[in-house]
Amino acid sequence: MAAGTFAEKGADLELVGITKTFPGFTAIRSLDLFIPAGSFFALLGPSGCGKTTTLRLVAGLEEPTAGRIVIGGKDVTSTKSFQRPVNTVFQSYALFPHMSVLENVAFGLRRRGIASPLEKAHEALRLVELDHLAARRPAQLSGGQQQRVALARAVVNRPALLLLDEPLGALDLKLRRQMQLELKDIQTEVGLTFLHVTHDQEEAMTMADTIAVMNRGEIEQMGAPEELYELPRTAFVANFLGQSNLFTGEVVSSTPDALTVASAGQQLVIPSARAPRRSGTVTVGVRPEKLLLLTAPPAAPSSGVNVLGPGRVIDVSFSGVSTQYTIAVPGIGDVIVFAQNMVFGPVVHVGAEVWVSWNVEHGFGLEDSPAEAAAGVADAASAAGADGDVATSALTTVKA
Amino acid sequence: MAFSAFASTPAAAGPVVRRRSWIALVLLLPGILYLLLFFITPLISLVFTSFQQPVINGDIGQYSAGFQWSNYTDSVVQYLPLILRAFGYALLATLLALVISYPLAYFIGVKVRGFPLVQSLLLTLVIAPFFISFLLRTLAWKQIMSDEGPIVVGLKALSIFPSDGHITGTPFAVIFGLTYNFIPFMTLPLYATLERLDVRFIEAGNDLYASPFTTFRKITVPLSLPGIVSGTLLTFIPAAGDYINASGDFLGSAQTSMVGNAIESNFLVTQNYPVAAALSIVLMAVILIIVGFYVRRAGTEDLI
Ligand SMILES: Nc1ncnc2c1ncn2[C@@H]1O[C@H](COP(=O)(O)OP(=O)(O)O)[C@@H](O)[C@H]1O
Ligand SMILES: [Mg+2]
Repeated sequence: MAAGTFAEKGADLELVGITKTFPGFTAIRSLDLFIPAGSFFALLGPSGCGKTTTLRLVAGLEEPTAGRIVIGGKDVTSTKSFQRPVNTVFQSYALFPHMSVLENVAFGLRRRGIASPLEKAHEALRLVELDHLAARRPAQLSGGQQQRVALARAVVNRPALLLLDEPLGALDLKLRRQMQLELKDIQTEVGLTFLHVTHDQEEAMTMADTIAVMNRGEIEQMGAPEELYELPRTAFVANFLGQSNLFTGEVVSSTPDALTVASAGQQLVIPSARAPRRSGTVTVGVRPEKLLLLTAPPAAPSSGVNVLGPGRVIDVSFSGVSTQYTIAVPGIGDVIVFAQNMVFGPVVHVGAEVWVSWNVEHGFGLEDSPAEAAAGVADAASAAGADGDVATSALTTVKA
Repeated sequence: MAFSAFASTPAAAGPVVRRRSWIALVLLLPGILYLLLFFITPLISLVFTSFQQPVINGDIGQYSAGFQWSNYTDSVVQYLPLILRAFGYALLATLLALVISYPLAYFIGVKVRGFPLVQSLLLTLVIAPFFISFLLRTLAWKQIMSDEGPIVVGLKALSIFPSDGHITGTPFAVIFGLTYNFIPFMTLPLYATLERLDVRFIEAGNDLYASPFTTFRKITVPLSLPGIVSGTLLTFIPAAGDYINASGDFLGSAQTSMVGNAIESNFLVTQNYPVAAALSIVLMAVILIIVGFYVRRAGTEDLI
């Protein structure tokens, strides 16, 4: 890149067959990834899945064991970190303790000989609302303020590719929302490419054009947020990105239109177009908010609707906007239903006998074999447990 | 009854605080006594000696109390070259020790961080010379660099060195000796700071377009400044007052005498105690002034 000027626009990033092995541990397994120029790309995954390692490889702070890294059409695999048109917002902030906040932000500008670095640094600090603390040392700031300085220090350089490693994790909800909007503004305004790493699925879904869900050093699924949510391909994605009810059973009939699966004596139908596996034992699922709670068996089994039941309500948890019901269906296990609170309070109580139903087109099939599905559910559950985040916890049963 | 438990707390606070300060005083007492006895007393005695005057018709080494300010002016005038040489040699030795020690300390403290066994082995090697007496080590170097030693003989055989050349007795040998003898005092404090250096700051520097050299200058050096300051002080101060390396019995000659040699010969050979004392105090004062300015410039308190 030319010294003394900002990047004109974002650069695309391509990872080809990247593998990173630490002594005795493979953190990244033959990763292929293409991020188009100017897009907001989120890498979502539980902690320890290799997100930071991926960013470090792109930034040039780590050398891949195998594979190539291409930024803006140029192979940078063997390029040193300081020569790459990339800046990083580090998860650990890594603010220089011996410099003022202002000098921290101006550091990259000075190295590249950009005109009036202090002015631009002040401008970047105003953006993160910290200009009044420009003279302080990083140690005199709170964690959230340090994180914003780290953000300003990277963004001020307007790099063709900005790497953000959980850049908003230390901020409270209000400030996080505000920073999300500002980041998005900067990104669209200049057309930079953002690679945003997070374990917060909501943040990924609201900000990114494309999300890649990562688990154990591999990308499980990649796509637009709605696509990933409505049509998860693996049990891990189905439960890490929101929650899902999953049912495992044998395929009993398969037509070009519909796939019928028998699970514990109950027949479930999903559209064939939404089912990658169409024979043998398969896992199918449906999102809890797609389910309808019935207090009496449906009069006549109509086509286009799946019905499970009867089951017994074993838990009701009221959360204002909606209520989460847990229903134990004999032979199937626990089924979760999210219901909008259209009336005052829950409509049924613990112990009530209920049925659940959903439209056939809302169901989806997984690519996972039953064993993979069970492993994926366990991974998502432990990820949710480790994050202490109730909203993403997977309350799912896979019954083989 | 139950309330008395609460009531007693504020009342007890006073005596507790006072008792704490008593304990602190008692713990400090040995240190204060030691300093009074072994630092302040000899220092006062040294100041008195430096102003003494010779006894008329007295023995050699007999002096009486007085206020002979000329002890200072005379000795400084007479020994100015030796004073300047001492600081010059000490400065060079300190710089050399820094240049040699920094990469060494960086290697041990940063590069082999993941291998504690290698780290302790290398650190042991750094301090290994201390297992042998300072004098014996310096004598060994004298032999190695002597006119019959392998270095001089070898250099002469290769005609790199004039046939009447020496190494011992030259400023080179003295500065070499000072550097060699004080290197561990430089390496260990440098290691102590570099070992704690967070390499993520270096990575951040690289990420922000700083070349390895700029990163070193702008990040690594400032962050290791506390180690640089203590290492240079621990080397410079004893090197400036050293009289072993520069002495004719070891690596030096009359031409390389430092102020330490003048103090030694005045105290022990010519028994001119007032001049020796005056020189000692001048040496101490100059070191204090230099160190004061240096620490100020380095701004260590600002860094930590
Ligand atoms: N330098 C290293 N040496 C050995 N293992 C490492 C190293 N860096 C990361 N790892 C391992 O690689 C895995 C991925 O780490 P990381 O990329 O930091 O995960 P995250 O997705 O939380 O950012 C973790 O299991 C971690 O322990
Ligand atoms: Mg991480």
